[in-house]
Parts: sequence; structure tokens; C-alpha cells
Amino acid sequence: MADVQMSSAPSARSQRPSGLRSMLYKSETARGYLLLSPALLVMVVGMLIPFTILIAMSFWTRDGFDFDTTMSMANYQTAMDVPIYNAFLARSFWISGITTVATVLLCYPMAYYVAFHVHRNKMLWIILMTLPFWTSYLLRVFSWKVILGYEGVINSGLLGLGLIDAPLEFLLYSQTAVIITLAHAWAAFAILPMYVSLEKIDRSLLEAAADLGDGPARRFFRITLPLSIPGVISATFLIFIPTTGDYITPALVGGPNSPMIGNLIQLQFGAVNNWPMGAALSVILTLWIAAVGLVFLFVTRKSQESVV
Amino acid sequence: MSELSYIKRPNRGLKIYAAAFLTVLYVPILFIPLFSFNDSLYVKFPLSGFTFQWYIELWERSAVWDSLGNSMRVGVAVSIISTILGTLAARAITRSRLPGQNAIVAFVMLPLVIPGIIFGVSLLILLSRLGVSLSLYTVTLGHLVVCLPFAVATLLPRFEGFDKSMEEASADLGENGWFTFWRVTFPLVLPGVIASLLLTFTISFDEFIMAFFLTGTDATLPMFIWTQLRFPQNFPSVLALASIILLVSFLLVFVALWVGRLGLIEPEESQS
Repeated sequence: MADVQMSSAPSARSQRPSGLRSMLYKSETARGYLLLSPALLVMVVGMLIPFTILIAMSFWTRDGFDFDTTMSMANYQTAMDVPIYNAFLARSFWISGITTVATVLLCYPMAYYVAFHVHRNKMLWIILMTLPFWTSYLLRVFSWKVILGYEGVINSGLLGLGLIDAPLEFLLYSQTAVIITLAHAWAAFAILPMYVSLEKIDRSLLEAAADLGDGPARRFFRITLPLSIPGVISATFLIFIPTTGDYITPALVGGPNSPMIGNLIQLQFGAVNNWPMGAALSVILTLWIAAVGLVFLFVTRKSQESVV
Repeated sequence: MSELSYIKRPNRGLKIYAAAFLTVLYVPILFIPLFSFNDSLYVKFPLSGFTFQWYIELWERSAVWDSLGNSMRVGVAVSIISTILGTLAARAITRSRLPGQNAIVAFVMLPLVIPGIIFGVSLLILLSRLGVSLSLYTVTLGHLVVCLPFAVATLLPRFEGFDKSMEEASADLGENGWFTFWRVTFPLVLPGVIASLLLTFTISFDEFIMAFFLTGTDATLPMFIWTQLRFPQNFPSVLALASIILLVSFLLVFVALWVGRLGLIEPEESQS
């Protein structure tokens, strides 16, 4: 969704004299910016300024109930020195990394199916796949609590059928539960970009390959998969980034071993009440996400170049 | 199409996979309404009996109605404002050649790829430094940031999709820019506008992360649910409330996606 295509249209006023035309063009540009300005204003006030202040605050320190606004690296130093911060960060990346890989792998065949094998009611399929994504995130996480719980659907169901003697404890309050819940919650976000790039593939390439004697497997690995990689990359980003910052899922279905960096940040703004530390952790998370993203992009670029 | 059929032979394995996928996608959510009718405090099998008790209990609690009202007010305000801003922005992006417009679009879309918690705490810090007390207005501001990218993403394809010569014809026939917009452009992009209104309303109505950090004393519905989760005896009525919210959300989004995509797939229909 982030790579929305744009077609900037030249205004069709070619018959007019060139002086007037450039004036019109200028006013058109000015009008364009004018139309954009309310949206930009909201984003500046709601995103850019707050984020700038977040960065500033991350260099402050807590001083009783107030802040010491002299700039210092103390929070970053703490974040580096105290092992628990790094552990939380590493765990966040581990959990959302697994979630991302699992989601992309599971969603790819689905996107493929709709792109290549659904010929009627395509739109209905797309809507069906993305519908749950738009509904309450909290409630979708909540539904997994109901399912995976100690006395939840799975455990009580299996107990009732006599398949197990005691509730399976690994289900709720574990990293597994967090990963299952996250993968389920973000599936639609993975399907859409992959579907779009699969749908765009020129079918005559596949036809040509078939005519030249390639079997289905070779056609897939030599044509379909390489051409759909951009969709896979966007899907990876769109899942990895928001899941690393998630804190609701670990809070609801996670156990002692699954709080993520988001939970730690939330604590700093809640019970712990150390806002500057929370701000520093937010900045660190953002920087790490950017770094991981750039490396990932670089590696995939390189490997794609080597394919071509 | 037909000469391709040997490539696109129906694939039974994939079909089964797709069915299983959709099942796994929907079944977890369906357990919420299932247990909301179960006559037991505990969410477990076997089901003990059918009851409307939890819905009746819900009906009688004023806190539910208060938070519903709060969510509605925020949702309506957010959907109207973000759709208006999104329409203006989408129009500007598709009709004018703006220097740096790719960067601007990327900037507006940024919330899609940044963890929500970062926005939540950033806004919280800004508001507290400005001395603004948390209220439904601050939640509305937070939701605007979240919803605007979706409004723009919904409206952009609409503006790109229709035939520009219609606008030019209107201008050639002597209509000024304003009338051209109302009488030609707006009717053509109307499905996108409706889709955007419904989607942004639903997103705001269901949004939790921003609300978590920016809510004052007036809770929105998701915040209310969150606080109720601490009380086991309220669990079944939370299930009932969740069922209602899910049903309404599904309906709204289904209509939004249907209306929003209709004209894009069959352009001739939208112009009638």
C-alpha cells in the first residue's frame, strides 16, 4: 500500500501561448500545494513535531516527578549497559522475525491461488481475505486468548474428547501464542502486496516458458517467484515493522518469556514513569527497524541483481 | 484466456489450501460470538446452554453506552475530517505536477510502516509538554494520523482511475474549477469517498493503541473492553460486546471495500 503509483498528469492546455501556460502551470502547482496543505499540516502536527520532541526528550533524564532537560546520553548509556533492554530488543526482533517469515510463507500460496486460479469473483476473494484485518485488532487478539487459554477452546475441547489428560500449558502465555496471534492478525497485510505483484505478471511469459518445455516447477521458480519478489519484500516490511513494536499481543496472550520492547516502552510511560527512558527506547527501536530494513533491502537488491 | 488453460489448470491442492486458509482466518473470530451466547461464566467446552443474558446485562450498563457514544463521536469526526483531507490531497497529487510529490506521499503514508506505539508516546509527550489535558480531542488527533494514510490510499486509485477528458470537457464548456469539481469530479470519485468514510470510521472505532496513550477520562469502546478484561466476572459480557462490534465492523468494511472497488474493476459502471 505504501508504494501507491502516481501518474502526474500534464494539464492539457497546449494550445495556449507559452507565457500564459507557464503562469497557469505555476498556479496549478501552487493550487496543488494548497490542496495538500491540510493533510500535511495534520501529519506535521501529529507526527513530525511529536517525533522531534520524542527525540529531544530521549536526551533528558528523569528528575523526581519532573525532567532534567540538560542534554545527556544517560538513557542510551543505560540501554546499552543494562542487559535486559538488549534482551527485550533481541526478543522483539526474534518474535517478529519468525512471525514475518511464517506469515509470508503461509500467505504466498493464498495470494498465488487468487492471482492465478480464481477467475470469477476475484474481488469477493480479496475482500474475504482482507476483511478481518480491518476489524478490531484488540478483539482479534482477544479471540486467541479465548482459544488458547488454559481452559480455552483447544484445551477444553481436547480434554472433552479425551485426547489429553491435562491442559496443554504451552498454548497460552508463551512465545508460540504470541507468534500464532501476530501471524493471524497480520495475514491480510501480507497477502495484498504479494497478490498485487503476482497479478501483474505477464501471463505470456509463462506461456512462452511452457512452449519451450519448462515444467510447472521450473516455470514457478524461474518466472513467477522472481517476478513476485517485490511483493514479498513489501509484505515482509509491512509485517515486520508493526509487529516489532506490538505490545498488546504479548500483554494478552504472552507469558513471562514473551514481553517485547513495546511492553517495556509502555511501562516507562505507565507504571515505571520514566518518560525520557521510554523516549530513548522508542528512538532505539525506530533506529533498529530502519537499520534492519535497510540491510534487508540491500541484501534483496543484491540477490535480485545477481539473478538478472 | 483459453489458450492459457494448460498453465492455469485447476489445482486441487491449492484449492484445499485456500479453503483451509480462510477457515483458519475466520474460525478464531467466530468463537467470540459462539461463547457470547453460552450460559456460563467460563469460556470452555462443552457449551452449557444458550442464553441472551450477557447481551441483556450489556444493555443495562451505562458505561457501555457512554463509551459507545465516545467512540461514535471520535469515529464520525475522524472519518469526515480524514476523508476531506484525503480527497484534497489525492486530487492535488493526481492533477498537479508537484515538485517533491513522491516524498510528500511517502511522508503521508509513513504511519503505515511505523509501529503505532511510537506515534502514541510521541503525541503523548507533545501534548503533556504543551499542557493539553487528554480528552476525546487528543484521541481524535491521534486517530487522524492513523487514518489519513488509509483515506489517501483509498482515494488515490479513484482519482487516477477516471477519464481526465471529462474534466477537460467540462472546463471547455465553460464551467469554472469549482463547478467542474462538484459536477464532474466529485460524482466520479464518490464511491472512493464513501469507501474512505466507512473505512476510516471503522479504523477509528476499533483503534486501540493511540487511544491507550491518549485517552483522558472518557474511554472509547476498545479502551472500555481493555479495562473490563481484568474482571473475570465481566468476561462473558465483554464477549457479547465484542460480538456486536465485530458484526458492525464486518458489515461496514464489507460495504466499504465493495463500493470502493466496484468502479475500479468495471469502470463503465461507475459512470452511469
